[in-house]
Amino acid sequence: MTRRRRLRSLFAALAIAALPLSGPASADTTLLNVSYDPTRELYKAIDAAFAADWKAKTGETVTIEQSHGGSGAQARAVIDGLPADVVTLGLEADIDAIADKTKKIPADWKKRLPNDSAPYTSTIVFLVRKGNPKGIKDWDDLVKPGVQVVTANPKTSGGARWNYLAAWGYANAKFGGDQAKVKDFVTNLYRNVPVLDSGARGSTTTFAQRGIGDVLIAWENEAFLALNELGADKFAMVVPSISIKAVPPVAVVDGNVDERGTRKVAEAYLQFLYSDAGQKIIARSFYRPANPKAADPADLQRFPSLQLVSIDDPEFGGWAKVQPMHFADGGVFDQIYRPSN
Amino acid sequence: MSDATLSTTSFVAARPPRVTTEAFWVRAIMIGITLVFLSVFVLLPLATVFVEALRGGISAYFSALAERETFLAIELTLLVAATSVPANLVFGLAASWAIAKFEFRGKSFLITLIDLPFSVSPVTSGLIYVILFGAQGYFGHFLKSAGVQIIFAVPGIVLATMFVTFPFVARELIPIMQEQGKRDEEAALSLGASGLRTFFRVTLPNVKWALLYGVLLCNARAMGEFGAVSVVSGHIRGHTNTMPLQVEILYNDYNYAGAFAVASLLALLALITLGLKSLLEWRFAGELAANRRH
Amino acid sequence: MQSRAAPAWKRPSIIPGFGLTLGFTLTYLGLIVLIPLGGLILRSSALGFSGFWALATDPRTLAALKVSFGLSFIAAAINAVFGLIAAWVLVRYRFPGQKLLDAFIDLPFALPTAVAGIALTAIYAPNGWLGQYLEPLGLKIAYTPNGILVALIFIGLPFIVRTLQPVMEDLDVETEEAAATLGARRRHTMFRVILPALLPALLTGFALALARAVGEYGSVIFIAGNMPYVSEIAPLLIVMKLQEFNYAAATVIATVMLAISFVLLLVINLLQAWSRKRLGHV
Repeated sequence: MTRRRRLRSLFAALAIAALPLSGPASADTTLLNVSYDPTRELYKAIDAAFAADWKAKTGETVTIEQSHGGSGAQARAVIDGLPADVVTLGLEADIDAIADKTKKIPADWKKRLPNDSAPYTSTIVFLVRKGNPKGIKDWDDLVKPGVQVVTANPKTSGGARWNYLAAWGYANAKFGGDQAKVKDFVTNLYRNVPVLDSGARGSTTTFAQRGIGDVLIAWENEAFLALNELGADKFAMVVPSISIKAVPPVAVVDGNVDERGTRKVAEAYLQFLYSDAGQKIIARSFYRPANPKAADPADLQRFPSLQLVSIDDPEFGGWAKVQPMHFADGGVFDQIYRPSN
Repeated sequence: MSDATLSTTSFVAARPPRVTTEAFWVRAIMIGITLVFLSVFVLLPLATVFVEALRGGISAYFSALAERETFLAIELTLLVAATSVPANLVFGLAASWAIAKFEFRGKSFLITLIDLPFSVSPVTSGLIYVILFGAQGYFGHFLKSAGVQIIFAVPGIVLATMFVTFPFVARELIPIMQEQGKRDEEAALSLGASGLRTFFRVTLPNVKWALLYGVLLCNARAMGEFGAVSVVSGHIRGHTNTMPLQVEILYNDYNYAGAFAVASLLALLALITLGLKSLLEWRFAGELAANRRH
Repeated sequence: MQSRAAPAWKRPSIIPGFGLTLGFTLTYLGLIVLIPLGGLILRSSALGFSGFWALATDPRTLAALKVSFGLSFIAAAINAVFGLIAAWVLVRYRFPGQKLLDAFIDLPFALPTAVAGIALTAIYAPNGWLGQYLEPLGLKIAYTPNGILVALIFIGLPFIVRTLQPVMEDLDVETEEAAATLGARRRHTMFRVILPALLPALLTGFALALARAVGEYGSVIFIAGNMPYVSEIAPLLIVMKLQEFNYAAATVIATVMLAISFVLLLVINLLQAWSRKRLGHV
């Protein structure tokens, strides 16, 4: 009798578990958006708005599934088979890597959407503790001995690579292009880094929750979010004199959407990011919209103005040059970062 | 002569003679130390889960659980348990039959092999499947061409869970079946019962409590596994997140109320497991291997 | 009645189903456990000895192994002391709520590690239940190696207590009475008669707690600072290497950890054999 009872409960469990599989799943479309680390809140808002919009336009129900993690790690996951319909990563080199290794994205993907496939951009700023006890004002303060800097791992995180390049850009301007001095500067900065998290959100958590470090180098949007969510009374944002224009692009993964038959929805989803509604949400979520006119002026006012270098500037030469030179195995970052102790 | 038959209950009845017990103040201190130690290290974390979960109020608690991603995580956890537990159950029965009812060389080696997953770190338990089935893995190309997704999908999670919960049922059944020997089965067979009939009518009823105990532990571990699943899952919200993974995601989203709400469900599961476990141990102590090994 | 000739390594038996059950057992074992573990070993050996050694002795790897192993040792030792006391109290004494407390010993065994992780962090963080009182005293727990220690104590506790309890229950009271009649004071009896009898079980429990703690991941990563060389545990390093898609390094670290676990397993088995000889069980 116990055996029968056990079998019965087993069948019940299986039946319950099988319910979602037997449900009207075929009538719904699902999209998988593989994104980088800090965009959790942004895409929560976007996904809800897009689903409502799509339903109104076509009567179809679409569900967007999200995956978040360090941009580099996410790209490798997609290369390894993660079935992304769209990728919304932290920098174009990661999407190029997917295109290159899997051929699931055409090589000219950037041209398919406006603004080089970037519906939003951001920049890199500092987050410090309230009262700024170490008096952090600019990049020079980050290389001082005794200052602990929190940033993420460039091998896995897109934001971390932008952080590195922003520092590089500042040093380059300061030392007038003397590469040896620039490298020294960045080396000293990373000597002050106690721990590298795998993603931007991870390093925010380390700084804000775990109380590690004196200054966090972060996406501008992450810094705003930290102030909002974790307490403006606990932290303060410091805007450096020079930073970099960080461009996180988006792309449809042709190979996957054609296999799954979701191309129409996927393309509409990315188009939605450029729409007025999408741009409004983007600005509200602390990302700099590609089309500022569509956004709420009050949201735009929050963005500080600062001098920005670009990845396409001569000292960098674009991602095609930067990624292999700095971030590949044995590249400049590997030479620089030797955790001391 | 020996006190081997002296169960704990008879300790209660008879007052221990003064020479074989400590002075009152020693006892008081030791009980005090134990209470403080256990309260701080065991009871406090448990209480924290529920207090933090209910911090926002009851309705916030239930709406956190009804969130789509969380709900799907619960379903996936149930699915994973419903596949890996029966699989390991069948394995446990087969293995203990082979080991307990027969004499053959290499038996203890086999038992050691069955115990292997216990000594493997959860992260390693997931890593081994990535090495086999990941795109860079040994079978990566083959799976890609066959269009089969194991890593970053539910099958990978099921496999990793099967690995970590592998020995649970077998470990409970083997000692008890060894203790019970083959007399009953041989008697049944000599009376003309078929092998299958013997198994279902004679063997199973003899071990039913040990079996239930093993299934209980296996299930608790299957639903709660974190490290191994984290490595293979891909963390796709609403798709490849089990409840423990969902706890981590909600935590990293600054959604502490949600994280603790899901955690409280898992803690409830742990309490139910503990309760049933104690019940079984209390009532059927003789028929369980539990009080012999862990 | 079977009239097949039985294989030489198996004693003949009238019970059917040997071939079927053993075959199924071996196949299942092979598919789920042995082949995957074999894949790990194979992948490590593909690096060649020097490649393997270079990755295994990488400073950060060694530091992580030291953190994992060192803190696990300390946690198991602390558990040995308090677990011994707790087991004795639960077996020999009577007090209200005892049965309930006894049931809760198994909580760390039943509670999912991620749940334990966030709960412990909530308690010991600077603004946590206990942390808020301990921080001002200079005792930082969360996000330091101390936090890892707390988590490892939590998960190792049941191993000591549950290994000791059956042995304590089976202790011969007459031995203690004999010692008393020979003039030994209680304290003398405890340390010279009882403790040695418990030693094999204590060591077994210690080794079990140690083995479990070395591989622990879920409950530690929330409360640890995850700082390389300071509070980064080996399993976390494996995950980091995996995320960098550095399969080679991840494989090597996992293999080294596996080797350490096997050694511990061997030690446990030897201890159990010793205790079986001495006391007839463990």
